[in-house]
Amino acid sequence: MNRAPGTGSPAVAEAARFASEVRGRAAAWDREGGLPAGVLKEAAAAGLLGAGIPERFGGQGVTPAELGEICAHLGGVCSALRGLVTVQGMVAAALHRWGTGEQRARWLPALAGGELTAGFAATEEAAGSALSAVRTRIEDAGDGEHVTVTGHKKWITFGQVAQVLLVLGQDKGKPAAVVVEADREGVSREPVGGQLGMRAAQIAHIGLDAVRVPRTNLVAPSGLGLSHVAGTALDHGRFTVAWGCVGMAEACVEDATAHAAARTQGGEALAGHQSVRALLAKAAVETAGARELARRAAEFRSGGAPGSVTETIVAKYAAAAAAASASSTAVQVLGSAGCEPDSRAGRHFRDAKVMEIIEGAQQVAELHIAEQLMRRHAGRGPAPASPAAEVRA
Amino acid sequence: MNDITREITEFLSAALRSEVGPDDDYFALGLADSLFALELVTFVESRFSLTVEVEDLDLESFRTANRITRFVQRKTGSPEFTENR
Ligand SMILES: Cc1cc2nc3c(=O)[nH]c(=O)nc-3n(C[C@H](O)[C@H](O)[C@H](O)COP(=O)(O)OP(=O)(O)OC[C@H]3O[C@@H](n4cnc5c(N)ncnc54)[C@H](O)[C@@H]3O)c2cc1C
Repeated sequence: MNRAPGTGSPAVAEAARFASEVRGRAAAWDREGGLPAGVLKEAAAAGLLGAGIPERFGGQGVTPAELGEICAHLGGVCSALRGLVTVQGMVAAALHRWGTGEQRARWLPALAGGELTAGFAATEEAAGSALSAVRTRIEDAGDGEHVTVTGHKKWITFGQVAQVLLVLGQDKGKPAAVVVEADREGVSREPVGGQLGMRAAQIAHIGLDAVRVPRTNLVAPSGLGLSHVAGTALDHGRFTVAWGCVGMAEACVEDATAHAAARTQGGEALAGHQSVRALLAKAAVETAGARELARRAAEFRSGGAPGSVTETIVAKYAAAAAAASASSTAVQVLGSAGCEPDSRAGRHFRDAKVMEIIEGAQQVAELHIAEQLMRRHAGRGPAPASPAAEVRA
Repeated sequence: MNDITREITEFLSAALRSEVGPDDDYFALGLADSLFALELVTFVESRFSLTVEVEDLDLESFRTANRITRFVQRKTGSPEFTENR
């Protein structure tokens, strides 16, 4: 497909329609700590869950630019909803890239249609930014046909409801990835609620107690579970998070500006104060900059250019910062209205902070971006940071 | 060294900020971080117009520039990519 991005694309128009329809409900989802099951179905029916999956597997096969716009529409309304599209896309991207023909045929159509919802289970207590430290064990079950998966995963977005989990573990000391169906014996879920942000993302910690799965659920040879399988998922995740943050930042600039124009104090509109205007201007420029970097990442991705991994990190870094900054500005300008329960700006403010931590914390992204700069000066400067420290960048 | 090997060693040397010879195992040398593996796959795919499938993903075939060269030759089957002796 070579459609130009923007509202001209039916998939993007559908996402825009969906986002505006649910806009008024997002605060309640956040307060109640989850998306109603009906919303997952509606999102699936709108094609959102399979947006990035190729058409031959039942998805919409949208371009990276279109996927970005879709995530911006959703992110501007509800980060948890955007998160749903993100995790589904991450798992699908990893399976599409590194699954066998049989694995693609088995899982991708169900993920595209939303009959299956997916979770990406990498993080553990002792393995966050440095995922090479995961301890989940993937072991031979002794019958030649199965493996057992044992470990404890933390902070799994939509882990309360996901039916399939892409789990990162170790197979005889080598990083390995395996699909675990959540209805298998030995899988337990501990719901997480009341956290800072992403409150509607139905997060769970997940216990895996000697869960038996067929060997055919292993994705890619052992040794490549982190660098290739989780790496592909995270690369995709960073791209959709970047665009979700662009949407969040744009919504915040819009809300702050509307409020500054409408609200009068001491006989003067808030927008009449230079210091308020400065806040708005700064947020608007950071947001526009983030959009351009996200667009650039989309261009690299559609051309399959080798720099796409880094360009995506740059976009996610800039967009998470823009969302954090613009949402902080929005709460500031809204004053008490930004602090109210159910305040949209307040929710974006909490969610945006999370975006500076997940899918590669800002400081980890900086390491990677600086490392790329150093490439132009081969042989000079200190050696790259240790591999373990960099996996999330 | 043939053209493919030269291009690959150039890419590796720049990306890893260290002179990489055609038979150096840069993973064993600890030069590569885990983002690099994906970048390398993307580079090989876009530069030599091929797709790396999971069936090709034997870590061994990506360990050295010479092995990547043989992998590219096998995938493309192109005579211009035969090794100069
Ligand atoms: C709402 C939410 C949803 C999540 N969803 C998922 C999910 O679906 N699946 C999943 O697997 N995980 C998920 N996570 C986990 C998330 O990926 C981790 O929180 C993240 O990777 C950071 O790991 P950590 O929390 O252990 O922080 P740490 O790794 O302990 O890092 C804490 C801070 O230390 C600094 N830091 C860490 N390493 C470095 C470094 N090398 N250089 C410089 N500074 C550094 C950074 O400032 C970082 O913010 C989620 C987390 C949250 C909060």
